[in-house]
Amino acid sequence: MWAIGGFIGGTTLYFLGERPYRSRMDTEMTQRPGQSSAMSEGGPWGSKGEDGQGGKGGDGPRNPWTPPPRGDEPGGRGQRGPSAIDELLRRARESFGGGFPQQPGGRSLWPYMGAGVIGLWLALTSFHSIGAKQRGLVSLLGSSSRTRGPGVNMTPPAPFEGVEVIGVEESRTTDRGAAVDGAPRLMLTEDQNIINLGYSVRWNISDPKRYAFQIAEQDATIAEVAESAMRAVIATVSLNEAMGAGRNMIEAQVQERMQAILDGYGAGIRIQGVAIKQADPPAAVNDAFKEVTASQQAAETYINQAQAYAQQLSAQSQGAAAAFDKVYEQYRLSPEVTRRRMYYETMEKVLSGVNKTIVETNNVTPYLPLPAVRPTQRATTTVEAAPTQQGGGQ
Amino acid sequence: MIYSLRNPIVLAVLATIGLFLVGSTFAVVPETRQAVVLRFGKPVRIYNSYKPNEVFGHTGAGLKVRAPLLDQIVWIDKRVQSVTMERQQVLSTDQLRLQVDAFARYRIVDPQRMYISAGSEERVQDALKPILGSALRNELGKRRADLLLSPERGEVMTNIQRNLNRVARQYGAQIIDVRIMRTDLPDGTPLQGAFQRMRSAREQEALTLRAEGARRAQLIRAQADADAAKIYAASFGKDPQFYDFYRAMQSYQTSFAQENSGETTAILSPDNDYLRQFRGR
Repeated sequence: MWAIGGFIGGTTLYFLGERPYRSRMDTEMTQRPGQSSAMSEGGPWGSKGEDGQGGKGGDGPRNPWTPPPRGDEPGGRGQRGPSAIDELLRRARESFGGGFPQQPGGRSLWPYMGAGVIGLWLALTSFHSIGAKQRGLVSLLGSSSRTRGPGVNMTPPAPFEGVEVIGVEESRTTDRGAAVDGAPRLMLTEDQNIINLGYSVRWNISDPKRYAFQIAEQDATIAEVAESAMRAVIATVSLNEAMGAGRNMIEAQVQERMQAILDGYGAGIRIQGVAIKQADPPAAVNDAFKEVTASQQAAETYINQAQAYAQQLSAQSQGAAAAFDKVYEQYRLSPEVTRRRMYYETMEKVLSGVNKTIVETNNVTPYLPLPAVRPTQRATTTVEAAPTQQGGGQ
Repeated sequence: MIYSLRNPIVLAVLATIGLFLVGSTFAVVPETRQAVVLRFGKPVRIYNSYKPNEVFGHTGAGLKVRAPLLDQIVWIDKRVQSVTMERQQVLSTDQLRLQVDAFARYRIVDPQRMYISAGSEERVQDALKPILGSALRNELGKRRADLLLSPERGEVMTNIQRNLNRVARQYGAQIIDVRIMRTDLPDGTPLQGAFQRMRSAREQEALTLRAEGARRAQLIRAQADADAAKIYAASFGKDPQFYDFYRAMQSYQTSFAQENSGETTAILSPDNDYLRQFRGR
């Protein structure tokens, strides 16, 4: 405010070709009459200033801020020596109290002050900076007249024209669901199951005039419409669809439905997209849903195991068959010899490692206690064979 | 000097009076509001009243004149507004309780009537809120709960809107849209019941999945066995007798191999074929 005021006052006075410094300060002082009087009454030199024209003037500068003595204002000002600010305060008060303040040349200061006020007014109400993604809605005495694009725009000043700046291009997001307030947002699906859904809506403004003038509480409107549309769509799909495959379809339908509702209001809003961020079963039944996943895994495991078995068996059978085929090929060339050879080789291997007892079948066999033919030299074997021995003995 | 026009006090007083007159003669009517001009409390004129299909900039908004001191302006919102119904319990025909909340969008299209019948915008809302609730209860109470969840909801909404509009018209308002936001099961037994049903459905699904997995696994094993049998038969069937011998030899080796059983005692009769030469015959 100070900076702007100074800038405007300075510019104006520069334009008029007068002394910018002092007049600028005057302008500021006139805008703060209350402040200046409070300062002057509270200050140590306040009473001095108020007692009239006689107490003016000074003995000379005491610091660099003190202006040089002026020719048109003779007289003592006291020992303290007025600073430039003292002087300005006094002058400001003067201009209110009695007649028009005079410049050294005898001219009035009022025009400058007026020009400063008007300049400030113009600067604050007729220049509008509009960002790259924004539009300015200009209204002429309340009636919407035109829309302004990005850049610095000039309009006639208030109260004739006003500008409302609205961010149009930027896409805004309205979040709903557990991500926002932490509480689960349960919805009923078509199969009367309950789903905990979180989603967000991206939107921007397609028609700033409609957006600004057509609907009240725009954000709340979008949130409510989103909720209603989402629930209406969720009510047409099953829980499984909502949690998995149907998401894209749901998002598209909600977007379409929201757009239709908002267009019905003439809201000037474009729904850019709806994103389902969360579609979970409610916490109370989550374990059962995890159990389903576990069962899926278990079923997969069974199948994998069976397939492993199948492959193993297949390899085994093919190997065995191939081996038989090879041997059979040779066997067919000379069956008798091959047969005997195989027989002896096998018996050799088998009988070389076993204890052999050869008995005459006729007499001995019925009375032969089986433990007797067993070797007892190996302790481990004896222990292991103990129950067998008993069983065999009786 | 005192009554001179050059006296700043006189100037200030005159300026104040002038400003007051300008301020109470001209009124800036914005696009978003409708103005009802009251003369001694009686509506005499309306500025910027709502008309369908208006183009902004060519509405009644703008600078308007009124008689200072006599006329008073009541501002009424021109935009689409919302009235929200608190959550209510609705009993459907199949005795299912549902928690429902809804909102209606309306616009004041006849500000004069609205001013006469309601007085202020808040009172229009207060009047519409219970009517929305009762219209909803009546309409939903005629239907089965599952229909409330289904697309037929559109017809329900149209009926509610019609009922609500009948009342809203008395207040100079027009209902644009009625929407149900939520239909939820009430907390407590119904909700827990639904959870229990969901849980049992999932348990069933889990068991089905497991059983299906087991079934497929069994089929795969059986098929593997069959394939193996086929391969064996094709190969061994060429000479069953030789297969018998061949397989027996393999079997002896496995059964009597030392590392398998540890201890084997064979009691052989000299008649054994293996000992044929042993006898020296």
